[in-house]
Amino acid sequence: MPDQLIFGMEVVLNGLMAGVLYALVALGFVLIYKASGIFNYAQGVMALFAAMTLVGMMEGRVPFSHLINAIFGTEIHHFGWHLPGLAAVLLTMLIMVALAWIVNQLIFRHLVNQEPIILFMATIGLAYFLEGFGDMMWGSDIKKLDVGLPQGINLMIDETTFNIFGYGFFIDNLDLVATGVAALLVVALVIFAQYSKQGRAMRAVADDHQAALSVGISLNFIWVMVWSLAGFVALVAGIMWGTKSGVQFSLSLIALKALPVLMLGGFTSIPGAIVGGLIIGVGEKLFEFTVGPLVGGATENWFAYVLALLFLVFRPQGLFGEKIIERV
Amino acid sequence: MFCREAGDFKTSYEQDNQTFPIKFDRYRYYAVLVAAFAVVPFFINDYWVNAVFLPFLIYSIAAIGLNILVGYCGQVSLGTGGFMAVGAYASYKLMTAFPEVSIFFHVILAGGVTSIVCVLFGLPSLRIKGFYLAVATLAAQFFLVWLFNRVGWFYNYSASGQITAPERSVFGVAITGAANPPWSAYLFCLVFTVAAAIIARNLTRGTVGRKWMAIRDMDIAAEIIGVNPLKAKLTAFAVSGFFVGISGALFFAVYLGAVEVGEAFGINKSFLVLFMVIIGGLGSIFGSFAGAAFLVLLPVLLKNTLVGGLGWPTDLAAHLEFIIVGALIIIFLIAEPHGLAQLWRVAKEKLRLWPFPH
Repeated sequence: MPDQLIFGMEVVLNGLMAGVLYALVALGFVLIYKASGIFNYAQGVMALFAAMTLVGMMEGRVPFSHLINAIFGTEIHHFGWHLPGLAAVLLTMLIMVALAWIVNQLIFRHLVNQEPIILFMATIGLAYFLEGFGDMMWGSDIKKLDVGLPQGINLMIDETTFNIFGYGFFIDNLDLVATGVAALLVVALVIFAQYSKQGRAMRAVADDHQAALSVGISLNFIWVMVWSLAGFVALVAGIMWGTKSGVQFSLSLIALKALPVLMLGGFTSIPGAIVGGLIIGVGEKLFEFTVGPLVGGATENWFAYVLALLFLVFRPQGLFGEKIIERV
Repeated sequence: MFCREAGDFKTSYEQDNQTFPIKFDRYRYYAVLVAAFAVVPFFINDYWVNAVFLPFLIYSIAAIGLNILVGYCGQVSLGTGGFMAVGAYASYKLMTAFPEVSIFFHVILAGGVTSIVCVLFGLPSLRIKGFYLAVATLAAQFFLVWLFNRVGWFYNYSASGQITAPERSVFGVAITGAANPPWSAYLFCLVFTVAAAIIARNLTRGTVGRKWMAIRDMDIAAEIIGVNPLKAKLTAFAVSGFFVGISGALFFAVYLGAVEVGEAFGINKSFLVLFMVIIGGLGSIFGSFAGAAFLVLLPVLLKNTLVGGLGWPTDLAAHLEFIIVGALIIIFLIAEPHGLAQLWRVAKEKLRLWPFPH
C-alpha cells in the first residue's frame, strides 16, 4: 500500500476518536435543547467548570483562596489532603446538580415563554458568569487532571497494524476509553429516555410543555433533572478533554465545536450528535491532512463551521433533525 | 417640567418630523455636541483618551452597527470580531497601498469592503434563522481570523505577523502613530461616531428601517405586506458591516496602532459588542451609546477601585469583571429585555407626569 493511503487511514481513525469527544459535548446540548428548547451555549463552560472543580477537589485546593488571600492578606492554598478520584467525581456531580437547580431557579424560571434567541443570549451570559466564577474559585492556571485513565500509545494496535501494513498506527488509549464511555453514555441515555418513568416524562415535556403540565408532570423537576443530566455529560466530557489537554480556558472553546456538530446532526437527535461528531472529526482531520499544507495549516479552527454553514444552506434541519415547519 | 412637550407647538411638517421632537431633548443634544467638539478636546490627556474616550467612541460605532443587524433586523450575529478585523486589515492595506490619500477615505473605504464581506456571510440568513444563523456567523468569525493570520498578503508579509498603522495626518495634524496629540485622535473618532449615529438614526426611522423592523417582528407577515426579505436582510447586513468595518479600522489605526488579529478581534470581541447591544437596548441608537459607555467604563472602574484602591491582583479583578458582566446580561434579560434605553424611556415617561401621575 502507498504510504499516503496508510497515513490517511491513520488520520481517519484519529479523526473518528476526536469526533467522539466532540459528540460527548454535543450530547449535553441535545439533552437540554430537546427538553426545554434552550440552546445552551454554556455547555462548554460547564464542562470546564466541572473539570476545574474535580481537579480542585482532588488536590484539596481551598475554593476562592485567591480572593480570600487578597482580602485578608492570608496565605492559604491547599487543605492538605487529597481525595481519591471516585469520591471527587461524586462530589463534583453533587455540585453540578446544585448548579442545575440554581440555574433553573434563578434564571430560566423567570424566562419562561421568552423567545428562543433571548434564552440563547441568557446562556451566553451564564457562560461568562461561570467562566469568571470558576476562575475565581479555583484559579486560572492550567491544571493537570489525572483520574487514573490510561494514556499514551496503544501498543496492541501499534503492533497489529505494524504486522499488516508495515507501519504502526498511533492511537491514544485515552481516545479508546472515551469512545467506550461515549457509547455507554448514549446507550444509558437512550434506555433512560425510553424506559424509565422520568425519561418518559422528559420526552413528554419535550413534546409539549402544556400538555405535560396538564397530566401532572412537574416542569420544574424535569428541567432541573435535564440540567443535571447535562451537567453529568459535561463532567464526563470535562474529564476526557481535561485528561487529554489539561484543564484550561481553551476547553470552553473546543466545546464551541459542538455547535457545528449539532448543525450537521440536527439539534434534536441524540444519534445525530454522535454521527455529526464523527463527520466533523474525520472531516477536519482529513482536510488538514490533504488541503492544510497548501493553505498554511491550522484549518481545524474554522473547517467545522464552514462545513456546517454550507450544509445548512441545503438542509437547515441537519441530517437527523425534525423538519422545521413554519405555520402562520 | 423640562421634559414635557406642553407649549412646544409645531407649525410645519419639518418641525413635526424632527429627530428630537421635544425642545428640551433637542437643546440637550446640541449641548452634548458642543461639549464633545469644543470643550472636551481642551481638557483631555493621554490617559482619558486611551482608557475611556477612544474605546467608547469606537465601540459605539460597532454597537450601532450590530444593533442595526440584531436590534432592528433581528438577525443575530456572533461574527462582529471577524468583521472588525476585515475593517482593520482593509484600512491597513489601503493605507500602505495608497499613502498619498487621506486616512479619512481609507477608513470609509474599509467600511465599504467590510460591508461587502458582511453581505457575503449574510447570504445564508435567507435560509436559516435564529441561533442557526448565530452559529453560521461563527463560521465568519473563525474563518476570517484564520485568514488574516495565515495569508501573508494581508499583513504585507511582516515578520511578526502583526499589522502596524503607518503615521498619517489630517490637515497637518498627526492622527495615527506615536506622536499624535490626544485630542486629534479623539476628534477624528468623534466625527465618525456622530456621523454614524446620525445616519443610523435616520435610516432606522425611514423606509429601510421600517422594513428591517417588519422582518424582525414577523418575517412571513412582512413578506406578505410587500417587504422583500432578500433586500431587507442584505441591506441590514451591508449597513451593519459598514459601521462595524469603520469601527474596526479606527480600532486598529487610531486606538491600538498595532494589531495581532487573534488577540484584538477574537470571539470575545464579538461577545463584547453583542453584550453592549443587549445591555444598552436592542433596537435603540441611544442604547448603543449607553451600552458601549457602560461596558467601557465598568472595567476601568473595577480596575481603579479593586486594583488601585484595595490592592487586589489584576487577574482577580478580571475574573470579577467576567462574573459581573455575565450576571448583568442575565439580569437585564430577565428584568428589562430592552436594556438601559428602556430604563431611560420609562424614567422620562414618569417625569412627564410627575408629580401628578393620575
